Amino acid sequence: MGDEHHHDHGPSEIELRVKALESLLVEKGLVDPRALDLLIDTYETKVGPRNGARVVAKAWSDPEYLAWLRRDASAAIASLGITGRQGADIVALENDAQVHNMVVCTLCSCYPWPVLGLPPVWYKSAPYRARVVAEPRGVLEEFGVTLPAKTEIRVWDSTAEVRYLVIPRRPEGSEGLDEEALADLVTRDSMIGTGLALSPAAPERQT
Amino acid sequence: MNGPHDLGGQHGLGPVEPEENEPIFHAEWERRIFALTLAMGARGEWNIDAARHARENRHPVDYLSSSYYEIWMKGLERLMAERGLVTPEEIEGALTGQRDAASVMGGAVPAERLRALIEAGDSARRPGGPAARFHPGERVRTRAMNPKGHTRLPRYARGRTGVVERHHGVFVFPDTHAHGQGEKPQHLYSVAFPAHELWGAEGGEGERVFIDIFEDYLLPIEETGS
Repeated sequence: MGDEHHHDHGPSEIELRVKALESLLVEKGLVDPRALDLLIDTYETKVGPRNGARVVAKAWSDPEYLAWLRRDASAAIASLGITGRQGADIVALENDAQVHNMVVCTLCSCYPWPVLGLPPVWYKSAPYRARVVAEPRGVLEEFGVTLPAKTEIRVWDSTAEVRYLVIPRRPEGSEGLDEEALADLVTRDSMIGTGLALSPAAPERQT
Repeated sequence: MNGPHDLGGQHGLGPVEPEENEPIFHAEWERRIFALTLAMGARGEWNIDAARHARENRHPVDYLSSSYYEIWMKGLERLMAERGLVTPEEIEGALTGQRDAASVMGGAVPAERLRALIEAGDSARRPGGPAARFHPGERVRTRAMNPKGHTRLPRYARGRTGVVERHHGVFVFPDTHAHGQGEKPQHLYSVAFPAHELWGAEGGEGERVFIDIFEDYLLPIEETGS
């Protein structure tokens, strides 16, 4: 399910087809061209995993906020001004020494847009959707994550309109960091459950 | 439907391949079809369940050999054709440049309205309803079922025994909603299944899968013979 690039041969069939569709829909007055630009700008530049990282950093720092997140994650997240499509009903899942949570949508590509943005290709791909429910430890290893055998793995298949946000374990050595510094340790993958939060000792930026 | 989208547990699909520093979109046409799909969806002529069904109800070779946004394009074309908004002939005409000017149908959702819609979100939760039939901690069994229409009970979880983990509340039922048969709001639960229950001997120790399951998909454990 990859993407083809046509550097030397002009526009591809699909490029031409989507152009034709757009011109038809605009000409028929079925869509507002300004709305198209607005949608692209919103999901390309405004909504993304920095939102989720703010939620996680606050949950790590503020016990009352964490309690609210456990009780009613949708409301706790909305209180930070984070709302929108594909995220009206969110449940937070906490990772700790005993339990590691991971999220998938085996049937399509359900993903908590307001906190994580649009999903990466691998999340929507057939291999991830097929395998993570059946062999989560093998998939984790492909992401470079090896957990102790005694850690329980919980895979959440988002088959309805509830969306899941993983709260990764707070990394060791992050004591004393403020919320902004903590948010820098929270990767997108750590909020899906295919990664861990970064260690402050090795703060190289990852996805 | 037992469609090609229902992938949980399938073998032979290869490794998961994360891309470093992945862009949000990989080509301009992906941006455009993403926006066209959302802008057309905002008109309210179909709902999200009908849109999913339009993407998924296709030949497995077609589904599995199409990229993600290619499937969005095919789904949008089908939804529009079914409602007479844009016909396949019009698309062919636009591609070959051999067409008359299209007549204006109108009803575009203005950008400002669309901004409000996407910021507000759209919950499938519904108020009220009858009392929940199942409760956290209770053992339940999923139905063995093979509906030809849209459903959100994956094949790998049919006819299996699990434990209700959490009661989510009352939500729109996709199986009817996708086909214009009403919302049929009903209780939704997260049900936990040990890996061994789903995958037999191949299931890993200390692994469980939690699946969001509508009440209509569930049987109490004593009714499993029915």
